[in-house]
Amino acid sequence: MSANAIAANNTIRLSVESLHKHFQLHLQNKTRLPVLSDFSLQVSEAECVALVGRSGMGKSTLLKCLYGNYVLSEGRINVHFDDGIIDIANTSTQNIYYLRQHIIGYVSQFLRVIPRVPAIAIVMEPLLIRGIAQQQALAKAQDLLHRLNIPESLWSLSPTTFSGGEQQRINIARGFIAPNPILFLDEPTASLDAVNRKVVIELINEAKHDRSAIVGIFHDEEVRDAVADKLIYLSESAA
Amino acid sequence: MKLPQLNTQPILQVSGLAKLYGINRGCQDVDVDLFPGEVLGIVGESGSGKTTLLRCLSGEIEPDHGNIIFQSSHGEALNLFSVSEAQRRLLMRSELGVIRQNPRDGLRLRVIAGANIGERLMAVGDRHYGNIRQSARHWLEQVDIQTDRIDDYPYTFSGGMQQRLQIARVLATRPRMVLMDEPTGGLDVSVQARLLDLIRTLVTELQLSVIIVTHDLAVARLLCHRLMVMQNSKVVETGLTDQLLDDPQHAYTQLLVSSVLTP
Amino acid sequence: MLDEPAYNFAYLDEQTKRSIRRGLLKAVAIPGYQVPFAGREMPMPYGWGTGGVQVTASILGGDDVLKVIDQGADDTTNAVSIRRFFEKTSQVETTTVSADASLIQTRHRIPEQPLSRDQILVLQVPIPDPLRFIEPSETEARKMHALEEYGVMHVKLYEDIAHHGHIATTYAYPALVNQRYVMDPSPIPKFDNPKMHQSEALMLFGAGREKRLYAIPPYTDVKSLDFEDHPFEIQQWDQCCALCGSTDAFLDEVITDDKGSRMFVCSDSHYCQQRKQQTKQSDA
Repeated sequence: MSANAIAANNTIRLSVESLHKHFQLHLQNKTRLPVLSDFSLQVSEAECVALVGRSGMGKSTLLKCLYGNYVLSEGRINVHFDDGIIDIANTSTQNIYYLRQHIIGYVSQFLRVIPRVPAIAIVMEPLLIRGIAQQQALAKAQDLLHRLNIPESLWSLSPTTFSGGEQQRINIARGFIAPNPILFLDEPTASLDAVNRKVVIELINEAKHDRSAIVGIFHDEEVRDAVADKLIYLSESAA
Repeated sequence: MKLPQLNTQPILQVSGLAKLYGINRGCQDVDVDLFPGEVLGIVGESGSGKTTLLRCLSGEIEPDHGNIIFQSSHGEALNLFSVSEAQRRLLMRSELGVIRQNPRDGLRLRVIAGANIGERLMAVGDRHYGNIRQSARHWLEQVDIQTDRIDDYPYTFSGGMQQRLQIARVLATRPRMVLMDEPTGGLDVSVQARLLDLIRTLVTELQLSVIIVTHDLAVARLLCHRLMVMQNSKVVETGLTDQLLDDPQHAYTQLLVSSVLTP
Repeated sequence: MLDEPAYNFAYLDEQTKRSIRRGLLKAVAIPGYQVPFAGREMPMPYGWGTGGVQVTASILGGDDVLKVIDQGADDTTNAVSIRRFFEKTSQVETTTVSADASLIQTRHRIPEQPLSRDQILVLQVPIPDPLRFIEPSETEARKMHALEEYGVMHVKLYEDIAHHGHIATTYAYPALVNQRYVMDPSPIPKFDNPKMHQSEALMLFGAGREKRLYAIPPYTDVKSLDFEDHPFEIQQWDQCCALCGSTDAFLDEVITDDKGSRMFVCSDSHYCQQRKQQTKQSDA
C-alpha cells in the first residue's frame, strides 16, 4: 500500500501546526537564531515519517520541540486521543509527564546516564513507571537486551563506561520496551553495526505493526528506506 | 487511546506570596501550584530569596502578602497562616516535613537515633514502645542506616548519616509534602550521590510531593520535575526541568545554565 | 538590750501573701499549669525550700496546725529548720502527727497516711518544668505546654526503655494532670505518684528559685506517663519495714555497720511510729 493510502485509512495521532522556533541567546549579544519557520506535519497510526535534510537544518531541534524538551516560539503540537487533543506546546507539566510516561517514547542521540544505575534498571524503568510488575519488566528487559546483543555481563553495570554503540543500544531498548503510540527516533542507528541496525529495523517495524506513529531522523539510507513511509524535507526555506 | 484522567487537585497552592526584608531581598509575586507526586525545584543563587520562600511554605515565617493553601489528608483546604498556630504546628509535625540543610538543626543530637525517629510518632499520639521501635527500625533501613545503630547518639554519626537520619525522622509520620533546603549541601561528593539516589527512590516509592531549594543544577536535573528560577526576590522563569535546562528562555536562566561546570 | 525584731505573721507582708494567693487561685483553676509569681527574698537560700515556704506562709492561718517533713521524716535538719521558722514567725501550733495537721509542708515525699479534705499539702519544687531537660528553649517549652505538644516527654521514657529495658525514672516522674498539663511532681519517688490521683486534699507546689506555682485540686485525675506495653509501676521491695512490718510503705535502705549490713525502714517516720504503737496496743 502506498504511503498516502496508509495515511488515508488510519487515525492521525500527531499533528504539528505552524511551528516556529528560534533561539534568543541573551548572553551572546542577544543574537536571535531562527531554526524552524511555519512547519507543519501530520503523522498517522502505523506510519513512520522520516525527517530529511542537511545537518543544521533543525531536524533534532524539531524532535526536541515535539517531545516538549524545547520551547516553541509559536505553533501547536497536537497529540490526538480518541476523545480529545492535548497540545504539547500549551499544556500542563503534569500532562507532559503523563505523555512521556505512557504515550510518547523518545530515543535521543545521546544516553543521559545517571551513574550508579545499572543498565538493566534503565531499560526496565519505563515499564515500572507504568505499573508493570518487577518480574515481568525484568523478563522483557532481558529479552530486549539479548536481541540487541548486549552481553549479560554488562547488564548490572552502569552504562557510563559503555562504548557509544552499547550506550545507543541501551537507549533503544529503553525506548522500545514499552508500547508507545507515538515514537520519536533521533539517529537510532548512528553508532551501530549492520547486525544491530537490522535489529533496530525490526523493532521499528514491530512498533508500526503495533500502530505506533513514528517520527525519525535516519542518517543511514538503508534504514530509512526500510522503515519510512513518508519523507519530510527540511531545508533553508524551512528556516 | 483515551485522554488521561489526572488528579488535577494541587496539594499546595501559592498565590501572590511576598515576604520582603528590603528592596528585592526576600521573595515576592510568587504564584505556584504543587501536584501530588511532583518534585519542584527552586533554583537561584545566594540572596535570590529561595530560602525565604521555602520558610514561608513550611509555615515557619509568616509572609507579608499572599496565600498558601495546603490540601490536608482529610481533603480540607487549609490556609497555612489562617489556621491556628496549634493546627499549623501539628501539620508541620505530621503532614508536612522539613529537611534542613544542616542535620544538626533538624535532629536532637543528644537523643538516641530511634527516639529521634520516634519523636514525631509520639508527638501525634503513638504510645506503644514496641511499635514505635519497629517503625524506627523500618525507617533506618529505608534510609540505609544499619539498624543496630538505633540506640546510638546522632553526634556519633557522620554528616551524611546524620542527614539520612533527619530524613528518616521526617518521613516517620508519612508526610505528604516534604520541603528540603539544600539537603546535600556541605557533604562530600560521594556522600551527596548516595543521598540523592536515596531521595529519588523514596520520592517515587512514597509518592511524595517535594519542594527542594538548591543552587546545584545537577541536583535539580536529577530530582525535579519542574523548576522555578529566582533572581533578586522574583521568579524569572518556570518550566519543565529538562526544558528549562536545555532551552532556557530568560537571560538569567541562560546565565545560570552556562555557568555550570561539567567535569 | 536590743528587742528581737517583730515579724509579720509568717514572715511575709500581707500584700505579698495576697499576690501569692491570687497565683494559687489561678493554679487551682488550671490544674497542673505553672503560674509565675513574684517570689520574695526569703531568709534561706534558693534550694532550701523557699517556694514551699512562701506558699505555706501565704495560706497559714492562726488556727492551722502545721507539720513539716523532709524525706518523710519530721526530725531531719531541713524539716526542723522550717518548722522552727514558722513557730518563730507565727506561733502556730505544730505537730508530727499527720492526721492532726491541717497543713503539711513536705520535701521529697507524700505521707503514707491518705490525706483528708481538711488538709492541704505543700510541696517544695526545685525545677517545675518537666520539659526543661528536653527542650532547652524556654519560649519553645511554654509554647509546647500551651499547645499540648507533649510527645517529646515520651522521648525520654523511650530512651530509658532502650537503655535499661524499663522506664528508669524513679522520682520526679512526669504526670498528666486533668488530661491537660504535664507536670513534674517534684522529686518525690514515683511510688507516691498514685497518691496524687483523685486525692481528697488540695496539693500545692511552689518553686522559689524558678518562681512558679502549680496545683492539683482535690479529686483531680493525675496519670503518670507511660507506654501501653510498659505501663507505669511503683517500686516494690522484697522485705517489709524492719521496725513496723509494713509491706506497702516506701522503704529507705539503711546501712547499719561497716560490714554492709542493711535494713529497710519506712521513710515516713510518723507513719512507722504509728504502726508500731498500734501493733503494741493490739499485742497488749
